[in-house]
Amino acid sequence: MYKYNDFDAKFVARRNAEFRDQVARRIDGRLTEDEFRPLRLMNGLYLQLHAYMLRVAVPYGTLNAAQMRQLAMIADRWDKGYGHFTTRQNIQFNWPKLTDVPDILDSLADVEMHAIQTSGNTIRNVTADHFAGAAADEIEDPRPIAELLRQWSTDHPEFQFLPRKFKIAVTGSPNDRAVTRAHDIGLRMVRNAGGESGFEVIVGGGLGRTPMIGKVLREFLPKRDLLPYVEAIVSVYNLLGRRDNKYKARIKITVHEHGIERIRTLVEDRFAEILGRFSGADQAQLAAIEAAFAPPAYIKAPTEAFEAALERDPVFRAWADTNLSDHRNPDYATLSISLKAHGKTPGDASSDQMRAMADIAEAFAHNELRVSHEQNIILPHVHKSNIPQIHALLREAGLATANIGLISDIIACPGMDYCALATARSIPVAQEIAERFAEMKIEHDVGPLKVKISGCINACGHHHVGHIGILGLDRAGVENYQITLGGDGTQDAAIGARVGPGFPADEIVGAVERLVDAYLRLRTSRDETFIETYRRLGMAPFKAALYPQVRADAA
Amino acid sequence: MMPAASDLKIVTANDLLTGDVVYLAPDGGWSREIAQAEVLAGADLAAARLSAAAAQPGVIVGAYLADVAATARGPAPVHFREEFRAKGPSNYAHGKQVEQNNV
Ligand code: SF4
Repeated sequence: MYKYNDFDAKFVARRNAEFRDQVARRIDGRLTEDEFRPLRLMNGLYLQLHAYMLRVAVPYGTLNAAQMRQLAMIADRWDKGYGHFTTRQNIQFNWPKLTDVPDILDSLADVEMHAIQTSGNTIRNVTADHFAGAAADEIEDPRPIAELLRQWSTDHPEFQFLPRKFKIAVTGSPNDRAVTRAHDIGLRMVRNAGGESGFEVIVGGGLGRTPMIGKVLREFLPKRDLLPYVEAIVSVYNLLGRRDNKYKARIKITVHEHGIERIRTLVEDRFAEILGRFSGADQAQLAAIEAAFAPPAYIKAPTEAFEAALERDPVFRAWADTNLSDHRNPDYATLSISLKAHGKTPGDASSDQMRAMADIAEAFAHNELRVSHEQNIILPHVHKSNIPQIHALLREAGLATANIGLISDIIACPGMDYCALATARSIPVAQEIAERFAEMKIEHDVGPLKVKISGCINACGHHHVGHIGILGLDRAGVENYQITLGGDGTQDAAIGARVGPGFPADEIVGAVERLVDAYLRLRTSRDETFIETYRRLGMAPFKAALYPQVRADAA
Repeated sequence: MMPAASDLKIVTANDLLTGDVVYLAPDGGWSREIAQAEVLAGADLAAARLSAAAAQPGVIVGAYLADVAATARGPAPVHFREEFRAKGPSNYAHGKQVEQNNV
């Protein structure tokens, strides 16, 4: 794992001391709220509905056990004993007091963590495939690139006041688990005809008010050109992006208004201009970072115990079916810990659960954990012989829910239970859907199905790329939920289409149930997934299922 | 159904130090209970109280006017957002509802 160097450590310590002073000046009145607000946001501190919220960066979602334990300590000491993992692979604390935040930041720095650039119009936490460095289908671990981008973008003097926030995602696999097509810049590792690895560069994707699938700016960018090329994109955007209208300020609108051809010309020109300045220092830096991401020292051991447990224990088998993924080492697996226990808040973990996961990672998983954008925790490297024991420990901690990729593995943003921008709640909707399908015991039969819920048009819950997307709105003072269908966040990215009028809170679960019933009726076999059936048949049969009354009235 | 546009307002904000939701009380101080809020009838009075509240930046953040309905137990929220602010989140018994249950 990457270790802070002296420069990183000093930078964070200096920023924390600065913020401690700013908090003191706000409290004693030397700073007004208007002056303080941008300063606290630069340090990840929001004021939400009921309290402050601190968003802590988890760069490319990677954590070690000590860091996870420290998050648990922070949750116990300064919050309410839990944390919320987000779709940006970050963690949020929902109840810190302003006066405690400087101490929280110092304890984060003790484990090489911080909250810098988790807000504001800057380059945000770079996200990456949560299976990075482990996935069987991967070309190369994308995290060294993500770390290089993190170092380059942190406190970059030119890019602290962009027209709007800027999000970069990177994947090293052809199967896109990092939603690269819905980011300001998406980087997908590919090989060219000569076998050299490089990136497909995607630009101008994004969800929110105006959802757009990113466009390919460069089909193949050699790896060594990555930093100058990304810098060229951001600097073109910095000049061209609109600052007159917040809703038109993201790069997706810049690309939309100027056209991809024009952006490409400008970026290539700028790239040619600045390339010489990158003397190769970035490549030396990258080489050093790559060394820090060397694969773990894999153990060699027999795997019969794992095979035997699969045979013997149906509960273990059902969990293994959904929660394990292929590892590049055939004796290993990548293990997803679901933070979606039926009826619980998606993405939340108690401090005890965080400690349990840290202990397991340390004892059995090469001391590595990941936060996935789907709000689960991943143990990227586990030897198969250890999995039965890990499963038993997870069960004790209430973390053995067998539902990864199923209907109850719902992404939900905090919504109006916490978020000041929300137009409706999302958490209770997720809880009720999960509980309903748990009661019916059909989710394993239904199979892969992604439900994603946002509490407002900002789409933090990625509803546009949910197979079933749910958007909570305020319709004349009442919570109302709009359904979109057919969204997809993978390499086949698509924005879901709105089906029709929304549903009140007490009807939304029934509506989802009708969609699932329709799918079960319509699928050609168990092998055809919900999204495949939707693609084959289109919206019409699902719409008919969703609004049976309309059909009856028309008849 | 559209709730009736309310003529009754209260001033609400968040406490500077804790972030907790607070309400401007008749004595000019801040209460954590919506029922203790001063009910303001008429736009002029509401605007005057709001600007007085905004002049206390050392105590609160982000003061604004919210609609309320008059009930036997004092002012009550009209919009669901204010209902949640007055109570706390729905997924945990955290925030104000804890204290309210202890009363
Ligand atoms: S989608 Fe809206 S409600 Fe949900 S977290 Fe984002 S801003 Fe808040």
